[in-house]
Amino acid sequence: MLPEIEGTTPFDSTMARRGYALNKMCFSFNHQANREAFRADPEAYMRQYGLTPQQADAIRSGQVLAMLEAGGNAYYLAKFAGIFGLDMQDIGAQQTGMTKTEFQAKLVAANFQ
Amino acid sequence: MAKIIGAVGTSHIPAIGGAIHKGVQNDPYWQPFFGGFPPVQQWLGQERPDVVVMFYNDHGLNFFLDKMPTFAVGAAPQYLSADEGWGIPAQPPVPGCQDLSWHLIEALTEREFDVVTCQEMLLDHAGTLPLKLLWPEGDGQGGWPVEIVPVCINTVQFPLPKPGRVYALGRAIGEAVAAWQSDKRVLFVGSGGLSHQLDGKRAGHINKGFDLQFLDSMVSNPEWATRYTNHELVELVGTQGVELLMWLAMRGALVAAGPGVREVHRNYHIPISNTATAVLALTT
Repeated sequence: MLPEIEGTTPFDSTMARRGYALNKMCFSFNHQANREAFRADPEAYMRQYGLTPQQADAIRSGQVLAMLEAGGNAYYLAKFAGIFGLDMQDIGAQQTGMTKTEFQAKLVAANFQ
Repeated sequence: MAKIIGAVGTSHIPAIGGAIHKGVQNDPYWQPFFGGFPPVQQWLGQERPDVVVMFYNDHGLNFFLDKMPTFAVGAAPQYLSADEGWGIPAQPPVPGCQDLSWHLIEALTEREFDVVTCQEMLLDHAGTLPLKLLWPEGDGQGGWPVEIVPVCINTVQFPLPKPGRVYALGRAIGEAVAAWQSDKRVLFVGSGGLSHQLDGKRAGHINKGFDLQFLDSMVSNPEWATRYTNHELVELVGTQGVELLMWLAMRGALVAAGPGVREVHRNYHIPISNTATAVLALTT
């Protein structure tokens, strides 16, 4: 077993197996028509990709940490976030429990490490 | 024989494409990043490379988890891009250098790097943004001034190729380019990094000390980062900071240009999006 990294889950074989359906759905969002189909009927779209109950709940919640726990990969989830016009600082703020302004300040503070 | 003119490492972030599209490169947020490029552009204007070998990682545009190659070499006549899910404008097609693609594929296989070959390949922001940063007018009416050979390295799904192996891949590519029967001038580009993490409770992780040491190592001690495992690199530089593997490949390729690597220019800036960004140009 590799040592745990705090606040971090490398996308390994366990996560790749667990998250396949969720990631496959997010991969489909490369295409505008698929993003529109999801928007029009999210539940039908999730059924089409066979999401597990955990994955569907995570998508409904809009919580990125829950999507990661369900096997989501950051690169594919970013395409889901794009549907809602969220940028990476929005996503970072949500996951760290900060406001976006606080998260931006944390990034800038890295200059003084 | 082909001539290796040097190597450039640069960060890639989708938001950079958005900033270029909006024309806000000189805004206070963006200027410290874009301001790092004019000296590199000027150098490239003098050196005039014909072909770029682009080490990059796909972010789920061309490859999905159904078929995930560790190393993939493009062999297409041209490379198309797409909006990647965010509605960003696609770049004009980038011409491929098929002669060099197949020369590399044959040379790599001979060296026991058994790569996946792609006669069609969508190029995501990691492949297109470095071109746009290095040749800002390059997608205009005159077309891109270079052809490319994209070399995609898996950073999506573990296990990732080991840092030492990635460096060795770069070395093999550099030696193959140096032996290529051609009068073309070749530039290596490593696209990725530096430290950043998009996912998890540690999102926003940046390691300035490591980044600066890594940049120094690129000049004078290029194998320095190969002492780490990928798991250790993730801990040090973040889940996406491990994209610095692209820089290791790029620097390995430059070894074939001979000793006495010198720095043309560097810039390091925190943050753009969630990322510690850098550009570094090297020549011999």
